[in-house]
Amino acid sequence: MSQQYVLETRGLTKSFRGFTAVDGVDLKITEGHIHALIGPNGAGKTTVFNLLTKFLPPTRGDILYRGKPITRMRANEIARLGLVRSFQISAVFGHMTALENVRVALQRKLGTSFHFWKSERSLEPLNQRAMELLEEVGLADVADVLTVELPYGRKRALEVATTLALEPTVMLLDEPTQGMGAEDVDRIVALIRRVSAGRTVLMVEHNLSVVSRLCDRITVLARGAVLAEGDYASVSADPAVREAYMGSEASVAEEATT
Amino acid sequence: MTTTTTTASPVAGKARARAARRRRGMLLVALLTLALVAPLFAYPVFLMKVLCFALFACAFNLLLGFAGLLSFGHAAFLATGGYVTGFLLSSYPGLTPELGIIVGTVAAVILGTLFGALAIRRQGIYFAMVTLALAQMMFFFYIQAPFTGGEDGLHGVPRGKLFGLIDLSNNLAMYYVVLAIFVIGFAIIQRTVHSPFGQVLKAIRENEPRAVSLGYNVDAYKLVAFVLSAGLAGLAGATKTVVFQLASLTDAHWHMSGEVILMTLVGGVGTLFGPLVGAGLVVSLQTQLAQSPLGNWVSVILGAIFVLCVLSFRSGIVGEIQRMVRKNFK
Repeated sequence: MSQQYVLETRGLTKSFRGFTAVDGVDLKITEGHIHALIGPNGAGKTTVFNLLTKFLPPTRGDILYRGKPITRMRANEIARLGLVRSFQISAVFGHMTALENVRVALQRKLGTSFHFWKSERSLEPLNQRAMELLEEVGLADVADVLTVELPYGRKRALEVATTLALEPTVMLLDEPTQGMGAEDVDRIVALIRRVSAGRTVLMVEHNLSVVSRLCDRITVLARGAVLAEGDYASVSADPAVREAYMGSEASVAEEATT
Repeated sequence: MTTTTTTASPVAGKARARAARRRRGMLLVALLTLALVAPLFAYPVFLMKVLCFALFACAFNLLLGFAGLLSFGHAAFLATGGYVTGFLLSSYPGLTPELGIIVGTVAAVILGTLFGALAIRRQGIYFAMVTLALAQMMFFFYIQAPFTGGEDGLHGVPRGKLFGLIDLSNNLAMYYVVLAIFVIGFAIIQRTVHSPFGQVLKAIRENEPRAVSLGYNVDAYKLVAFVLSAGLAGLAGATKTVVFQLASLTDAHWHMSGEVILMTLVGGVGTLFGPLVGAGLVVSLQTQLAQSPLGNWVSVILGAIFVLCVLSFRSGIVGEIQRMVRKNFK
């Protein structure tokens, strides 16, 4: 029965010294969907994210990937399964070039990552694939630029390229448009739509316009628990969501148009 | 060429990288030539001291500069290499010096594996504190242990004959052996930094959670880096013992762990030649000042230089020079 879900949680709970940040969350993420996790500040979205990717151990509850429990696995093993996350602040390797950023994700497959006696040149066969990925996100022109020198929007695009290098089955994006100008937001939205083909995406997002444009399904969290779930129309019509989310009725609709 | 633009196109990036590589290659050749003829101008024992500490600092730099791990206990590895080699060469007169040095290095590798496995579980300042605590344990162990000569240390370690052939009691012969060891150690570090492993290490230093999310078991990579660094520090200690025919508690003291940090930071952490310059500077100052009336003020003067460096040029002497070169030869 649970087979149809690529990722599922059952009664997922996380307490920090008595404060329950995530309280019995049941998430069901359908294969191929773009699924959004929204909610007011402090609702536990990022905590859920950290639990799913094992950056935090859950206090209680189970996480299942294609029906198999992954609750006890370690963060890097989760990544090897094909669940790859991004971070709220752009996570790139600053003092490496854009090409090296992508290549470091590709090189794990070679199985030579512990070979400290081999030359860096042994990685050059990966350059072509790395360039393809950079082209896919529109960064081919800055392949040899140190990442610290790139503007913010392009760093985020680089992060996507690095994530794609792992050929993930599930991409977990933590606020991919945070801190971006309108133009960059449009670019990232288009990018996410393009790369989500054949994949599942779970994203935490504050920008409801992005959510309404992209997402097939939305889960609303409030105070660590699931408040509502459904498509954008039904969730945004839910009075409980309206009240919890913005405090006032009008703002959800307003937000959606900005 | 005529109008250099600041925009970084891929072509310019590659050309810049190639130019940097060529500069580095030329500098290496020049330095090696200088090292080969240096005994004509300077006292070989002093040069050997510089090379031993330079190797020690390079090993430390591999860990701090390229893995982002600040160890405050590297004296333990220097001393372990020294004591093990010293003890073996003193107790078994038939043993050739290269075997003594190899066993000393292996001992440091084993100790590094043990300490590393414990220390990498913690990060930042806690990592540094764990390494310091473990190194202090080794210090007290070496005071008490019967084979180290306690407070006196091991004296009169025979230099012996390399491969049973070359008599190392000749300072010039000894110098070229030390130079060869240094070059091997330096080459290992360079290769490590520019290897597939080095790439992952850099990624971990830049952004550890991201490296985890790419599927890397970062602790395993840190451990390998730690063991490599410890082994090379042990190699430096073992070589030093053969040169000075002495293994003493000074090498195990936490002062030594501090000194290597000082050398690396003053020279330029994360740079190729920084630790070399730092070690040369610190050893020269120590030697010069010890003979001058300021002898008692060595630590104070070194401390002042350190403060000055950290305040005025944070990337160290070599880091600062690199920046100037990059600005002027773009």
